[in-house]
Order: sequence, then C-alpha cells, then structure tokens
Amino acid sequence: MTAKISYDDVEVGTELPAQSFPVTRATLVRYAGASGDFNPIHWNEKFAVEVGLPDVIAHGMFTMAEAIRVVTDWTGDPGAVVEYGVRFTRPVVVPNDDKGAVIEVAAKVGAKLDDGRVRVDLVATSEGQKVLGMSRAVVQLA
Amino acid sequence: MALDQSFVGRSYPPTDPYEVGREKIREFAEAVGDANPVYTDTEAAKALGHSDVIAPPTFVFAITFKASGQVIEDPQLGLDYSRVVHGDQRFVYTRPVRAGDRLTVTSSIETIKSLAGNDILDIRGEVHDEAGEHVVTAWTKLVARAAEGA
Repeated sequence: MTAKISYDDVEVGTELPAQSFPVTRATLVRYAGASGDFNPIHWNEKFAVEVGLPDVIAHGMFTMAEAIRVVTDWTGDPGAVVEYGVRFTRPVVVPNDDKGAVIEVAAKVGAKLDDGRVRVDLVATSEGQKVLGMSRAVVQLA
Repeated sequence: MALDQSFVGRSYPPTDPYEVGREKIREFAEAVGDANPVYTDTEAAKALGHSDVIAPPTFVFAITFKASGQVIEDPQLGLDYSRVVHGDQRFVYTRPVRAGDRLTVTSSIETIKSLAGNDILDIRGEVHDEAGEHVVTAWTKLVARAAEGA
C-alpha cells in the first residue's frame, strides 16, 4: 500500500482538498442496486412521507461512501484507510427535481499518530446542516 | 419493552462465504461516482501493491449488514425493525477487501442500551477471508425508537 502523501509533510490542521458530491434520485436508485439496500425510504416519496420523513432521503451509507472519497483521493491509495467511522446525525433530503441535493465534505488532519498514521476529521454537510457527526478516518501515510 | 440484556455477548454462526466479484466492485464504485482506477484496473491496483482490484472502504457494509440480519431477525431478541434507524457505523481494516475474496462474517451483539425508551444495539461483524485471516471488523449501531404510548 502506497499513499501519495508523506507523514512528514502534514501537520495537525493540514486541510485536505474539499469536494462536493451531487446526489439525485437516479443516484439513489443506482446505489440501492449496487449495495443491495432497497429500503423504499430511499426511492419512494409516498412511503418516505408516510413514515414521517420530509421526502426521499439518501442512504446513510451512500453519504459515508462519498465522504471518504476526500480522504482516498488525497492518499491516492484507498487501501491506506485503516479505520473509518461516522455517526448519522441528519438525513440528506433528495428532492425529485433536476438538481437533487449536494453533499459538501471538508476534512483536515486532526492528530498525528504512531507508525506514520494520522487521524483525519471529516465534516459533511448538506443545505448547510451537518449530516455526519464524529466522522473520522485513520490513514497510513507514506 | 427494553431488550433483554442477557443477549449481550451472544455470537451467531459464521455466514456462508460471500465471493467478492470484480464487476460488483465496479458497479459499487460507479454508483458512488468514484473513478479511482484501483477499483477497476488490475494493473493500477498492482502498481499500489495490491494483488488485485480492491473495493471502496464502505463496500463491505453490504456483506456485514446482510449478516447482521441474523441478529435483527432473531425472534428471541424481538427487535422491532420497523422502528430501527442506523445510528453509527465504523470499520477497522486489517487490509482492503479485494476481488476474489471469499468472506465470512461472524456477528455478535456487543452492547444493548436503553435510553429514553429507545433500544440501542451495537452489532459487531468480524470479516475473515478463506484462509481465516482477519480482513475488517464492522460495528453497526442500530437505534430502535420507542413505540408511541410505550
């Protein structure tokens, strides 16, 4: 495993390039198929509203998959991720229009650990609201 | 009614092996819009020191969550799945999942808590390959919201 980033080149507070990820109903249908999670709250507006949601919401695991891309694009090798955890604090609501929703992800080095590892702290928001809490990854740098 | 604390520590039998397919990894990477060639191009994966294409970090959830069905659907535990939301998810990897892996999952109940009428269940899924080597551990926190009037 070979991360592109060197442990010696980062400090606590080093920011990773932020990214934004669009999500539409079509994205969710595709993710449902790929992941095997066909819960109708992710594609059926009538069902979502009946169970008390404002509209169709993105899979939490979809949001989690997008957020880590800020880290894997930075390290180059996704195999450098040795730990990754999130708390699902708020759903990403995906309206049935031409735009859908956008997940914005920022990340910075939160701590330098032993053995060339660093902890990256992630912030994922949609419509200005935080959608993931306690979102952290540990990565093995070069 | 609060879940029975005596289920803490209960472990379920390992699942039948799930064979990780190259095309399934590709489908997943495309679904999350991730064009990193390490997911689709064997040579790109080898250039990074992997023996074959690897899967994105959260890919394994599809396998561990299916396995956790043993817990969720355990009639003795009596979880009301219609009230369940996914609270937290965490993975600790020994190595990335890769094409050709035959993975088994051993699920166990790590903790059960009751907070303000909500049942909070932590399920641990240990994922091993065919050689018995550890690949990843997945912790899934499920929150069963209190029933109205309960």
